[in-house]
Amino acid sequence: MAFQAHAIIDSPAPLVAALKDAGWKVIAPVERDGALVLAAIQSAEELPRGRVDRASPGEVRIEDGRPGRWFDHTLPASGWKRWLHPPRHLLWRANRGRDGFELKTPPPETEDLAFLGIRPCDLAAIARLDAVLGPDGSADTEYMRRRRHMLSVVVQCARAADTCFCTGPGTGPRAEHGFDLALTELEIGLLVEVGSERGAGILERLPSREARETDIEEAHAISRKTAGMQRRRLPPSAAAAIAQAPDHPEWDQLAARCLACGNCTLVCPTCFCTDVEDTTDLSGDHAERWQVWDSCFATGFSFVHEGPVRTSVRSRYRQWLTHKLATWYDQYGTSGCIGCGRCIAWCPVGIDLTAAAEAIARPASPSPAPTGG
Amino acid sequence: MTAPLRLAVWKFASCDGCQLALLESGDLLLELAEAVEIAHFAEASSSMREGPWDLSLVEGSITTAEDIARIRHIRENSRLLVAIGACATAGGIQALRNVADAGAFAAAVYPHPEILDALETSTPVSDHVAVDLELQGCPISSAQLLEVITALLSGRKPQLPVEPVCFECKRAGHPCVLVANGTPCLGPVTTAGCGALCPAVGRGCYGCFGPLPGAVPAVLSQRLAELGLHRAELTALYRSFAAAAPANAEEAARHE
Repeated sequence: MAFQAHAIIDSPAPLVAALKDAGWKVIAPVERDGALVLAAIQSAEELPRGRVDRASPGEVRIEDGRPGRWFDHTLPASGWKRWLHPPRHLLWRANRGRDGFELKTPPPETEDLAFLGIRPCDLAAIARLDAVLGPDGSADTEYMRRRRHMLSVVVQCARAADTCFCTGPGTGPRAEHGFDLALTELEIGLLVEVGSERGAGILERLPSREARETDIEEAHAISRKTAGMQRRRLPPSAAAAIAQAPDHPEWDQLAARCLACGNCTLVCPTCFCTDVEDTTDLSGDHAERWQVWDSCFATGFSFVHEGPVRTSVRSRYRQWLTHKLATWYDQYGTSGCIGCGRCIAWCPVGIDLTAAAEAIARPASPSPAPTGG
Repeated sequence: MTAPLRLAVWKFASCDGCQLALLESGDLLLELAEAVEIAHFAEASSSMREGPWDLSLVEGSITTAEDIARIRHIRENSRLLVAIGACATAGGIQALRNVADAGAFAAAVYPHPEILDALETSTPVSDHVAVDLELQGCPISSAQLLEVITALLSGRKPQLPVEPVCFECKRAGHPCVLVANGTPCLGPVTTAGCGALCPAVGRGCYGCFGPLPGAVPAVLSQRLAELGLHRAELTALYRSFAAAAPANAEEAARHE
């Protein structure tokens, strides 16, 4: 590769400034209303410096961490998908004219977005979405148009939350490729790894110094330490077991605890399901078609021919877990889960996907006839 | 050209907030006045014309014997009747008297309670006459009301969400207040439609759009109890805007 592979920078401030100068809108985690959320930032001052998140099932708190540390927090409350696969998106407008309807599609989104501070698991989530929403990498979909206007500055994780389990699926805590730049926060500054020509071009504009071999070793040691902090794991046998266990009694246990509120799917960085809504105005001369995030936890999601197919919470929870962990392989050749743990942390009642998968992967003890679903 | 749709707006025991949702529609109200004949809308115009009406929007709950006669008259003379708001669909906040002694309230408030002639209960319109559609909310959403009228004019089914507030909340990008702050929130068991107004400002959902059909409040209550809510607080949480909606009444009573 022609570009310099590593360097050290003192702070992300010149990086944010350089990205903005180059015309990128910089999206990064910021602290708002007691949580980390993604927002457009104007300067590195807005980053949650010195703050960390403490996540456990159904509870996330932000608190003081080591002062001065830029990236000791872990994940924002929701995935980055909203910037590529927006929650509401206008598909077309129709206006009634003299000779019927005239269709108009909105101009494509061409804003250049720099994802600053995206974590390895969330970068892997985008690769999973690519397989779903832009399978040949060139499809002229809204998603792929946005995707081509995206730059990534990964932050390699220095901490794992209690809910993290990326080491199992192998999506973190270190990203090896797929990024433009990657940062690891060392004691002496930020180690920058270059992953693309474009990333090299950005690094050239920054005040930086050469990275030593020991800096690179320290970065890898940080990743190993972070991996070692993880306590949860998905059993490797989960995919096969779940696909073959539609009548496992554990589904009843899960259904009894599940609110069917859909939070898990909405914060999941790979859940992609949408509904289509048509609107008309009072005159009847103007109509619009919108694509809107949906969730398999809504009864209307499985509505066909005058009725929903999945009426019970049991059947909807089973659908979500089975698709995420098992049938996703059949469709896309990978798991739908990248181990970010948001569905565990942001479940209002703290249902743990890893525990659920483990319970189902265990052979069921003989049980009475299934309760249906 | 066919005659325009004749619209009537009615008020029963209520605060007028749902009618205001219509009056507040701005330019759309002007468009509406062109698209339909507003035949009866006492809050907007003193010109009130007799029925029959194509579409009656009914605000408020039924709290007097006279109300019962009046809602029957409206039903008989309306092709479609839509109950709008928490009062009309669930009895409203005034349905708190259904689980208390209404006579004692009256005695505490009025110097001469004997001049009142009210029923013991506050009940939704659907307890008395057939209702074609219910619009939830305290108050209702102007957008949903216009959607119903627009859909009727164009001969299609109105799009009204049957999903929890959480869906709107997450689409809007708000972190869950229950998870991030331990704030009691009825969002997971409440029908969407408000646009997640309360979580948007860091408050828990008060459930003013009423219980979501099929939702499981007992699961939520258990979590709220773990977060430190006492039984009386749980009862109070479910006993507010849609206190008499069966799912809320049942869950509130369970913690009494």
